[in-house]
Amino acid sequence: MASNLTNEVVYAKLKENFGDKIGELTVPFDLLTIEVTSNDAHSIIDWLKKDDTLQISYLTLMGAVHYPEDKGRELAIVYHLHSLVNNFRIRLKAFISIDYPTIASITDIHVAANWLERETYDFFGVIFTGHPNLKRILNEDSMDYFPMRKEYQLEDATREDKDDRFFGRE
Amino acid sequence: MGKIKVDSEMETINGQGFQLTMLDKAIGAARASSVWPLPFATSCCGIEFMATMGSNYDLARFGMERMSFSPRQADLLIVAGTISKKLAPILKKVYEQMAEPKWVLSVGACASSGGIFDTYSVLQGIDRVIPVDVYVPGCPPRPEQIIDGIMKIHEMVKNESLRRRNSSEYKEMLNSYNIETDGK
Amino acid sequence: MSKEINENLEDYALDRSSHETIDGDIATLNLGPTHPATHGIFENVLTVDGEKILDAVQTVGYIHRAFEKLAERRPYNQINTITDRLNYCSSPINNIGWAITMEKLAGITVPKRVDYMRVIIMELARINDHLICNSVVGVDTGALTGFTYLFQQREAIYELFEEVCGARLTTNMCRIGGFERDFSEAFNQKLDAFLVNFPKVFKEFDDLLSRNRIFMDRTIGSGPISAERALEYSFSGPNLRAAGVDYDVRVMNPYCSYEDFDFIVPVGSQGDTYDRFQVRQEEIRQSLSIIKQALAKMPEGPFHADVPEFYLPPKQDVYEKMEALIYHFKIVMGETNVPVGEIYTSVEGGNGELGFYLISDGGRTPYRLQFRRPCFLYYQAYPEMIKGQTISDAVLTLSSMNVIAGELDA
Repeated sequence: MASNLTNEVVYAKLKENFGDKIGELTVPFDLLTIEVTSNDAHSIIDWLKKDDTLQISYLTLMGAVHYPEDKGRELAIVYHLHSLVNNFRIRLKAFISIDYPTIASITDIHVAANWLERETYDFFGVIFTGHPNLKRILNEDSMDYFPMRKEYQLEDATREDKDDRFFGRE
Repeated sequence: MGKIKVDSEMETINGQGFQLTMLDKAIGAARASSVWPLPFATSCCGIEFMATMGSNYDLARFGMERMSFSPRQADLLIVAGTISKKLAPILKKVYEQMAEPKWVLSVGACASSGGIFDTYSVLQGIDRVIPVDVYVPGCPPRPEQIIDGIMKIHEMVKNESLRRRNSSEYKEMLNSYNIETDGK
Repeated sequence: MSKEINENLEDYALDRSSHETIDGDIATLNLGPTHPATHGIFENVLTVDGEKILDAVQTVGYIHRAFEKLAERRPYNQINTITDRLNYCSSPINNIGWAITMEKLAGITVPKRVDYMRVIIMELARINDHLICNSVVGVDTGALTGFTYLFQQREAIYELFEEVCGARLTTNMCRIGGFERDFSEAFNQKLDAFLVNFPKVFKEFDDLLSRNRIFMDRTIGSGPISAERALEYSFSGPNLRAAGVDYDVRVMNPYCSYEDFDFIVPVGSQGDTYDRFQVRQEEIRQSLSIIKQALAKMPEGPFHADVPEFYLPPKQDVYEKMEALIYHFKIVMGETNVPVGEIYTSVEGGNGELGFYLISDGGRTPYRLQFRRPCFLYYQAYPEMIKGQTISDAVLTLSSMNVIAGELDA
């Protein structure tokens, strides 16, 4: 199915409305990817949903990526949105620092973000302000660390039967 | 009625209307022919278990027609699928709620040892929380392998001594898992 | 115990102002983690007034196996085994979705024959998945016969998968670049026999339930959701189509030559259990039609792309030729060079849009791999779908939504 919108048109509209809160136009593998400032991600996603020509109202995926070397911008919150009417996909990225990992929650715009944000909190420790029920969802409530961050290993830290010598982790 | 031999090695005296055999053998045969399983199916092995219950690999011909989902009425706990650390206390509680005599069959690599998931959230084998009788390896095991595991359970059921569940070694083993022995 | 329940209710912050009750007490019922009717491990704490459900609080994560962390440790061709175990009822679709993602990242184009072979396998897997869901809906209304008949037909599909890859359920079926071997003569014969025998049994199952007065009374109106709410919850797949929105990834963003095939996307109207059942029934018929079209138009040609860096060479060459030996070693040890990039691809899985968000930094394992799991998104809507319904409707709604625990928790 062909799309009614092109990457350039959408980027131009966003730049017109949000100016310097929008980053550069990049198109990895034909998907429009834009970096946005973390304070404005909420209003940009809201505008994308409400705009009559764009109608980008379907939240496909939301998650985080941890870049431990990028000081001040360690956590990237990535939103994948889709317009079913126009067959257009877009990816937004907002960078936040790991010392103060908060960003506004988008559950008031997209109801599906409720569990996606809980999962991101569970794995990376991102605090979503305004979320109705920000608790762990997949791991146990008693877990005291955020497992997907790069500094933690895959295996259970308290295991006693695997000999590290055989796994090259001496 | 006099024609059924319970144990081929044992000399039984068959006559008109009576049969003489050992109590252990009679009870073992009766138990083995009507084990009521509790399918504790969590993931992919559960689908292979459903295929075993289906008509091609029919588990009902071994007396397991009625899947009892209530632990109070089950003899065999079939754990098929990955058990995570979040689910382990629930598995233990289900095991404690079963009445003696009870057996446990661990189906699949994940239930036996954690499988391919050597991660922070998966229990590396259910024998960390409950005692297991037979392990069936495979990912997932073919229905024929599951039936083989059940045949081995039947062997164990047939040959179990009536005093085993009250013996001190059995109680010690249960205590090593911190399992309550008075039932709740 | 009641103190604990009350504390839990405070904890879950249930909105008690919405609770209306005629005369009596509100009870709390645990449709617990190990329950025969929930096909999988989910916990729902229901607040009920008699049989009517007022609220539900969910706990998931009982089978969390940390796929995303595991994927950061495995080289690219070993992640196949992880994708198998997402929606394990239709694992070839997950595998082929991963192969398509890797092929886009590495810039590989596969020959047409591979596309058509993949389409046949994916549609067989989709039939597999829908058969489980529909027969289980039958079981939950009390019709156990359909289950036994359809599971026997699923054995025929398992035999077809065994001909291609050797395994029944967790097929691990794709190679980046194509298939390991062409479809054998036995596969073609078995597929022809399947296409003749299966529609007859399927028609029997359909005659048993589709226009059955009891089944219709039980399922119509049970667990409804409107199209607007379904879109807000990011539903996809048969659940969304039953609510009235014709979003199918195969039509909207075609992959794997799906644009060459002619098929209808069935759509319901009310989003209740009966609509979901009928949508899946019709999708099974459409899948059969797609398989027949693919067999009729199957092009000749190679069954894999010519990419020695990613595609394992034939074993005979590994023993005789030097380059084949080196490539084999590099691929198996995971030392192939993968381009740097970030990509999101999605395929139409058995339950909806299954997406792969992959960030590669050129190393031997992904930097970040996130799975877009349709079950995780639509299971959120379950409390809203069962509000005001009876407990038996709740059970029926859950089984007709086809929530697969492996995909829910990853």
